[in-house]
Amino acid sequence: MLLSLRVATVATAVALPFGIAVAYALARSSFWGKPLVEAIVYVPLVLPPVVTGYLLLITFGRRAPVGAFLAEHFGIVFSFRWTGAALACGIMAFPLMVRAIGLSIEAIDRRLEDAAATLGANPMWIFLTVTLPLALPGIIAGAMLAFARALGEFGATITFVSNIPGETQIISAAIYTLTQVPGGDAAALRLVIISVVISLGALIVSEWLARRATARLHGA
Amino acid sequence: MGREMLAVDVEKRLADFTLHAAFESASGVTALFGPSGAGKTTIVNMIAGLLKPDRGRIALNGDLVFDAAARIDVPTWRRRIGYVFQEGRLFPHFSVRHNLDYGRWMSGEAAEPAAFGHAVELLDIGHLLDRRPGKLSGGERQRVAIGRALLMSPRLLLLDEPLASLDAARKQDIVPYLLRLRDEAKVPMIYVSHDPAEVARIATRVVRLESGKVAATGGVELLT
Repeated sequence: MLLSLRVATVATAVALPFGIAVAYALARSSFWGKPLVEAIVYVPLVLPPVVTGYLLLITFGRRAPVGAFLAEHFGIVFSFRWTGAALACGIMAFPLMVRAIGLSIEAIDRRLEDAAATLGANPMWIFLTVTLPLALPGIIAGAMLAFARALGEFGATITFVSNIPGETQIISAAIYTLTQVPGGDAAALRLVIISVVISLGALIVSEWLARRATARLHGA
Repeated sequence: MGREMLAVDVEKRLADFTLHAAFESASGVTALFGPSGAGKTTIVNMIAGLLKPDRGRIALNGDLVFDAAARIDVPTWRRRIGYVFQEGRLFPHFSVRHNLDYGRWMSGEAAEPAAFGHAVELLDIGHLLDRRPGKLSGGERQRVAIGRALLMSPRLLLLDEPLASLDAARKQDIVPYLLRLRDEAKVPMIYVSHDPAEVARIATRVVRLESGKVAATGGVELLT
């Protein structure tokens, strides 16, 4: 259970800076190959999770090209570790995050950014002092959506890193396993309740945070 | 380039006509005056660096900030040209105080309480400092916007129809502050307006624009 929280938290935290960067790039710039990048970002949303998991396995598996390289040079191993579960969850959650953050960046009045430039703010400062704070409600919503998605991830994770108790068995996999064994119903139900409570909690907290951030923006 | 404050000679193709304007302005308030659609805002946006001319040059105090031929295009944030927008454009997520302080914050200069206090007093916005822009009236918002531009110690202040969003009574309230800005703060200003009465009260020099061309330059007698 704690493992699931750790996997989901790490997945969300690591994905967040990338999510903001990709959302900003997609919302603001047009570059050659943008449709391709967009497609790659959103593809986990439409692929069967098992397919995503399998693709991860043949990319980041111990003997796969990228996986072997990372293991050899950086000592980073994803396969059959909880870090692999976090990677799978992060990738599955990424599209939702990018979508939520992207929408909030697109909603920002760019004339405020022009105003900041006339006041001497360089592009980096404009991003940090105007764009990012104004996008905050969307960033919070995106992070919470991603967290909930990561917590519920099943297919990609089980395909990529299997279902090892204590290492890669995240909550959905544990529930699934328990329903497969005789007499596991009570334990499964307990996990189901915990899962519902955490998800609802995340939803309520994110709503509350986003509302507070929005209120702050509008001068309450 | 001579000793004139600002020298503009720019060309830009727009949707329905080609803007080609050349004028110079000295200290005091130069009004860009003309009907809507004459290209006034386009010109100030080019001076501020928010819009790139197709051809021409813009020099401020003898410094080229734009020269198409020499490929000079100083980015907006390095031009140190203050801009008061028609709709204020205050940062909604900062307090009034923080809005006023933004230019100094970005330049990394030390706080100057005297200058801050003077601007606050000049514009009579002391009681608003801890409020958020969302809670200000239109007139208050424009005064804060003027203060924010003034406090970045600009080399030139652009005001694009700063009174246009206000009703007649509010306009009358703001005009004295603009006159104090002209006579006490002594910042050179480019003042965009289509309202002859407003221009007559504020401007020391008038550049009259018609469909993207300078029709006449001179004193306020051009208004009649």
